Amino acid sequence: MDERRESEAAPTKNHTSAERRSERELVVTRTVNGPARLVFEAWTKADLFRQWWVPRSYGLTLLSCEMDVRVGGGYRLAFRHQDSTMEFFGTYLEVTPHSRLVWTNEEGDGGVTVTTVTFDDIAGRTSVAVHDLYPSKEAADAAGGSTGAMPEALGQLDELLVSLRSTTPTP
Amino acid sequence: MVQWVQANFDVSFGALSDATRRGVLEQLGRADASITALAQKFHMTLTGMKKHVGVLEQAGLVTTEKVGSVRTCRLGLRGLQEEAEWIERYRQIWSARFDELDKVVENLKRKERVDGRKKRK
Repeated sequence: MDERRESEAAPTKNHTSAERRSERELVVTRTVNGPARLVFEAWTKADLFRQWWVPRSYGLTLLSCEMDVRVGGGYRLAFRHQDSTMEFFGTYLEVTPHSRLVWTNEEGDGGVTVTTVTFDDIAGRTSVAVHDLYPSKEAADAAGGSTGAMPEALGQLDELLVSLRSTTPTP
Repeated sequence: MVQWVQANFDVSFGALSDATRRGVLEQLGRADASITALAQKFHMTLTGMKKHVGVLEQAGLVTTEKVGSVRTCRLGLRGLQEEAEWIERYRQIWSARFDELDKVVENLKRKERVDGRKKRK
């Protein structure tokens, strides 16, 4: 039975929705085909997190990923982008297993961004909502083309989007 | 490219910095409406609503057309397209990221099934 299931074609990808809820807030939602217990694990264990947070097609190399997932604990991600190295770091403000994670992004010049992720398990599937509260409207504007204030990566993201558009039918 | 995009978005998001104006856009997304109807909907004076619509019009987010004594507002395509492209870009970044997350979660599920079988033995 398991063999049969594993040989099936990959399941259809769920839709990702993104919304600008206010001038400082961006919200992304997506359903993941797995229980919140496992999805939460993928968000909180560094060896798993590093496998998906930076899609391969970004052209960024993840150099290191340290995560001390507990209230007051810190995280630090280091990337190489062409010749430069970028670091993203912050602190976990809330850690509620399988349901809620809140952390800060502190690397930006313009202030602190607070990211709240909620995991809602509905019959073995998990509705994930990622809420970013930016320190200013400008910071939120800049995030549209990047992943949390990553302006250096914009060029590469453009390429990514072009490649996505050429391989997937426009909805 | 990035600079150009930025400049255009600044105008659009200036217009979007107000909750009423965002509400007006949402409303117009459902159906065209007269300024009078919008004023009533948002519990504002006609003058107040005219000002908001004016800001949206300048940003290219809304167009208006006067027929008889009624000024009808509808979504402006230019601004809307840019706004839609901006959010679409953000959405696609996250979509790619979640696609990778799906793979990780699938692996975890498979591993659990295998481990479960081992434990049952």
